[in-house]
Amino acid sequence: MPVFSFNDTLLLATILFSVGLAGVLIRRNMLFMLMSLDIMLNATALVFVGAGARWHDAAGQVMFLLILALAAVETAVGLAIILCLHARGRPTLDADTGNLLQG
Amino acid sequence: MHALALLAASVTVIGAIMVITRKVAVHAVLYLVVTLLALAALLVMLGASFAAMLEIIIYAGAIMVLFVFVIMMLNLGQPDSAREKEWLRPRAWLGPGILAAISCAELLYFISPFSASLHSLAPITAHDVGLSLFGRYVLMVELASFLLLAGLVAAFHIGRNRVEDP
Repeated sequence: MPVFSFNDTLLLATILFSVGLAGVLIRRNMLFMLMSLDIMLNATALVFVGAGARWHDAAGQVMFLLILALAAVETAVGLAIILCLHARGRPTLDADTGNLLQG
Repeated sequence: MHALALLAASVTVIGAIMVITRKVAVHAVLYLVVTLLALAALLVMLGASFAAMLEIIIYAGAIMVLFVFVIMMLNLGQPDSAREKEWLRPRAWLGPGILAAISCAELLYFISPFSASLHSLAPITAHDVGLSLFGRYVLMVELASFLLLAGLVAAFHIGRNRVEDP
């Protein structure tokens, strides 16, 4: 008997993705939005690894590696944007206040 | 579902819910680290120990350190000692500590001799992943390197010091 069936993996990944999506939708702090994006990326990575274990294929973990690289890049660029906005004297990290692009 | 898998999954979901409901960013980062550790335990149960190691080293190690750096750089206003005293109060670390203790107990149960029946799933080792990664998917590795380079250039460009601001 497998410890963790594929249906359970899909269910858990769906719950995790929904939690991350809710975090992106209800939080306006940009740090929390980045963390919620990380949770969603982890949910997708869990689906890939679960599918790789289900069909016993190494391609699932290859996709996990690529998602890891993607998450690292996304976090680095997002945090650089947050630091840049903070250095310009913006008092809050509210994402709704940054609706004007001025170069 | 096995009881251990259920425990790790519930730690993951509870940690994720706590991440998106915290008010203080440092508390959310602590919960996120616990969530990633529990998710790594789930990956081990799925037979992907290599992915679990990478999850701990890169996600819970490197990316979370980035978050902590940025949070510490954003909170420059308050004096250090008051802020550290605020962070060391039990309500900051008690919840993540309990969840991490559950994960640690699970790990100890794993390596104890009582859990011999757990290894029914054939694992996919780093050898298989490496063969597949640099055989069939070598073009995707190149594309990932392009992505990392683009991210590096973008982060440098955004974060550089502008003196010519009009």
